[in-house]
Amino acid sequence: MTFQKAIAPMTAPCFDEMNGGGSESPSEPRALYGRIARWLENAPRGLLESRRQQAEMLFRRIGITFAVYGDKEAAERLIPFDIIPRLLGHDEWRRLEVGLIQRVKALNMFLTDVYGAQEIIRAGVVPAGLVLRNPAYRPELQGRRVPHDIWTHIAGIDVIRVDGEDFYVLEDNCRTPSGVSYMLENREMMIRLAPDLFADHRVLPVENYPDALLASLRSVAPPHCPGEPNIVVLTPGQFNSAYYEHSFLADKLGVELVEGRDLAVRDDVVYMRTTEGLKRVDVIYRRVDDDFLDPLAFRADSVLGAAGLMGAYLAGNVTLANAVGAGVADDKAIYTYMPEIIRFYLGEEPKLKNVATWRCREPDALKYVLDHLHELVVKEVNGSGGYGMLVGPHASKEQIEAFRQKLTSAPEGFIAQPTLSLSTCPTSFPGGVAPRHVDLRPFVLSGADGVRIVPGGLTRVALKEGSLVVNSSQGGGTKDTWVLETDAATQ
Amino acid sequence: MLARTADNLFWVSRYLERADFLARLIEASSRIAALPTAYAGAQDEWKSVLIASGADETFFDHFDKADEANVIAFLAFDQRNPSSIRNCIEFARTNARAVRTALTVEMWEGINCAWLELRKFEAAHEAHGHIDREELIGFLDYVKTTSSLYDGSGYRSMLRNDAYYFSRLGVYVERADNTARVLDVKYHVLLPEQETVGGSVDYFQWSAILRSVSALTAYHWVYRESIKAWNVADLLILRPEMPRSLISCYDNIVRFLDAIAGQYGRQGASQRHARNIKRHLEGASIGEIFQSGLHEFVEAFVTENNRLGSQITEQYLIG
Repeated sequence: MTFQKAIAPMTAPCFDEMNGGGSESPSEPRALYGRIARWLENAPRGLLESRRQQAEMLFRRIGITFAVYGDKEAAERLIPFDIIPRLLGHDEWRRLEVGLIQRVKALNMFLTDVYGAQEIIRAGVVPAGLVLRNPAYRPELQGRRVPHDIWTHIAGIDVIRVDGEDFYVLEDNCRTPSGVSYMLENREMMIRLAPDLFADHRVLPVENYPDALLASLRSVAPPHCPGEPNIVVLTPGQFNSAYYEHSFLADKLGVELVEGRDLAVRDDVVYMRTTEGLKRVDVIYRRVDDDFLDPLAFRADSVLGAAGLMGAYLAGNVTLANAVGAGVADDKAIYTYMPEIIRFYLGEEPKLKNVATWRCREPDALKYVLDHLHELVVKEVNGSGGYGMLVGPHASKEQIEAFRQKLTSAPEGFIAQPTLSLSTCPTSFPGGVAPRHVDLRPFVLSGADGVRIVPGGLTRVALKEGSLVVNSSQGGGTKDTWVLETDAATQ
Repeated sequence: MLARTADNLFWVSRYLERADFLARLIEASSRIAALPTAYAGAQDEWKSVLIASGADETFFDHFDKADEANVIAFLAFDQRNPSSIRNCIEFARTNARAVRTALTVEMWEGINCAWLELRKFEAAHEAHGHIDREELIGFLDYVKTTSSLYDGSGYRSMLRNDAYYFSRLGVYVERADNTARVLDVKYHVLLPEQETVGGSVDYFQWSAILRSVSALTAYHWVYRESIKAWNVADLLILRPEMPRSLISCYDNIVRFLDAIAGQYGRQGASQRHARNIKRHLEGASIGEIFQSGLHEFVEAFVTENNRLGSQITEQYLIG
C-alpha cells in the first residue's frame, strides 16, 4: 500500500503541510517533509496501526486521560494521538516565535493598561463597554499592579495556516490554557515509537518547558517574599478534565499539587496544610477559573478555591498565575482589536495575522453575517472549547435557523469569521493515511526576565474527514510538533 | 508534605492491604467450605468470614442467606459493600490519582493497571451473570499480585522520607487490624479446651487461619511440628519474625512513626501510644493471654489499634 493511494479525497483544496499548495495533486512533497513522505511510503502494512495501538496502551497505563463534560460513559477518555508528526522548519518557527513574543507583550501591556490608566479606552481604540462590561473584567483589580506587570504568565496562542507563508492567530488564551502536558508526552511517545525517524530529523527539544515555567513562576514572587518562594499548582481536583495535566506539571516542577481545601488564609497570608502544620505559599499556578477562586469574593457556592484568597492577593502577599481578570484580554470581541492593540502599545505592525472578523454588535456587520450564515463560522464571544459554535458550511438548515434566532436576539454575544481552510497534515486512521486539518497551540511564558517559548507546541488535528473542529472535547486528536534544526527549504 | 497527600498515601496502603487480606480470606474459606462435612467443623463458615471482614452488618441489609455465592459476590465485587475488594481497589486508585505526584511511576502504574484489570473482570462477571470459580481464582491471584507490586515498587523506588513512612504506616495499621480480626472471629477454635487429640476438625480450621494471613508455611518453619492452636495464636500475636503478627506490625509502626518524628523533630501522642502497645505485646506471654481470655485480649487490641489510627489522623493527616 503506498501513501498516495490511501489519500482520501479532500472536500476543499487547501494548503497541506506535507504536500504544499494542493493536496489533490501531490507531485512532490515539500523538502521539509521528504523523510516523512519516504517513511510513509515504505512503512510496512499495519505498522501505523500497531504503533497507534501501542501508543494508546501506553497512554492508558500512564493514565493520560481527559474527561469530557456531559459524557458520563467516557469519564476517562484518551485523546487520540497520531503518530505522524507535524513539522516546522527553523525559519518558519522563528517567524512564528517573534510574532508570539510581540503578541503576548501586547496582551500584558493591554491588561496593565485596562486595570490601570485605561489609555487605550481614552484614545478611543477599544470601546469602553467592551472592556468594563466584559464578564471577564474584574473591577476588584482596577488600580492594582501585579508583580512586574505580568498578567498572563502562561499564554496559549492558537495559530493556523492557510498557505506556506502566514500564520493566523485564531484565538488567544490568557486564562488557564491547557494541553502542554500533551506536548511533552507526545514527544516521549514519538521517541519511543519512532526512534529512527526521530533521530533522523534533529528535532529541537521541548523537555525544558517545566524548567522554563518554574523560572517564570519564581521570577514573579511577591516582592517582599521571604527567602525561596513556595510555589504550588492549584487544581480543582481529580474530576476536572485537565487533572492529569495538573498533576503532571506539579510533578515536573517539583512542587505541591494543592486543592482549595489544602489552603488556609490567615491575616491575608495564604498557607497550605501540611503534616507539620501551616506552611506559607507565595506563588500559585492556578488552574482554577477566576469565578471559583474565592467563595468570599466570587461564587459563594464554590468549594474549589480558598476563602480569603482574594484578600491575600489584593494585599500583595501571593502571586496568582495567571492573574485574576486576565480573561478580559482573550475575549473573542477583544480579539478583533488585537492588530490595533499591538500598534497602540508597541508602535509595530502585527507580525501574526488576525482572521477577518465581523463583530455582530455592529449593525452593518450583523446584517452581513445574517445574510451569509451558510458560509461563516459564528462563535459566542465568551464561549470556549468549541462549544456553542456554528460552522455554516457544515450546518443543517435547522442549526442555521437556530443561530439566526440567537444572533438577532443578542448580537453582541457573537462574532463571525470566514470559514478558513485550515492547513492539513497527513494523519493515520484505521485503513490508511489521509490529510486532516490541524492547528497549533504554542505556549508562551512571561516572567520578570522576559518571554520564553519552547520550540513547538500542541498540534491539534480534526480527525473526522473535512472537520474543522480540533478541540479535544469535540473529538479532536493531537500530534507531536517537530521544529527542525534546518530551514523548511532544506532537503 | 501536604496533610491531604499523607492521608491519601496512608489510605492507598490500607485499601490495598485490605484487598489482599480479603482475597486470602476468601481463598482459605473456599477450601474449608469444599471439605467433606465431617472435616469442615462449624457450618457457619461464610458467616464468620463476613464477621472477620467487618461486612456482616451491611451484608444482611442486602441478603438473607450467608451462602458461598452471596458472600463471595458481596466481598469481592459488590459496590454496595464499602470494603469489597473492587471498592478497595477503586478507592485506592482514586486516592492514588489524587496524589500522583507523591507516587513513583511504578507505583502508579501498578495501581492503575490493577484498576483497568478490575474493569475487565467486572465486564466478564457481568456477561456471565455469576462468578465462575476459575475466574474467581484468577481474580484473587490478581489482587494479591497487585498489593505485592505496589508494596514492592514502593520499597524499591520511593525516596525514604515522610511520604514513604506514611505509606508504610498504612500497611501495618491495616495489617494489625486484619490479623486481629481473624483471631477474634476464630478464637473459639483456638481455645485449648477444645483441642482434642488428633482432632481433625479443628486442624483444618487452624490451617485456614494460617492461610488467610499467608502464614501456613511460616508456621512449619517456626515450630517444626504439626499445627496446634496454642502455637497458631503465639505465631500471630507474639512472634516478631512473623510479618503479619501483631508484634511485628507494631515493631514497624513504632519504627515509621519514629522516622516521621525524627524528620519533623517532634514526638507526639501517636508515637507514645504506639510504644505503649508495643511494650504491652512484648511483655505478654501466650500462656497469660489464654488465661486472661484470648477474646478479651484481641478485642482490646482492636480498640487500641483503631485509637492509634485516629491519633495519626489527628496529629498529621488533617493539617
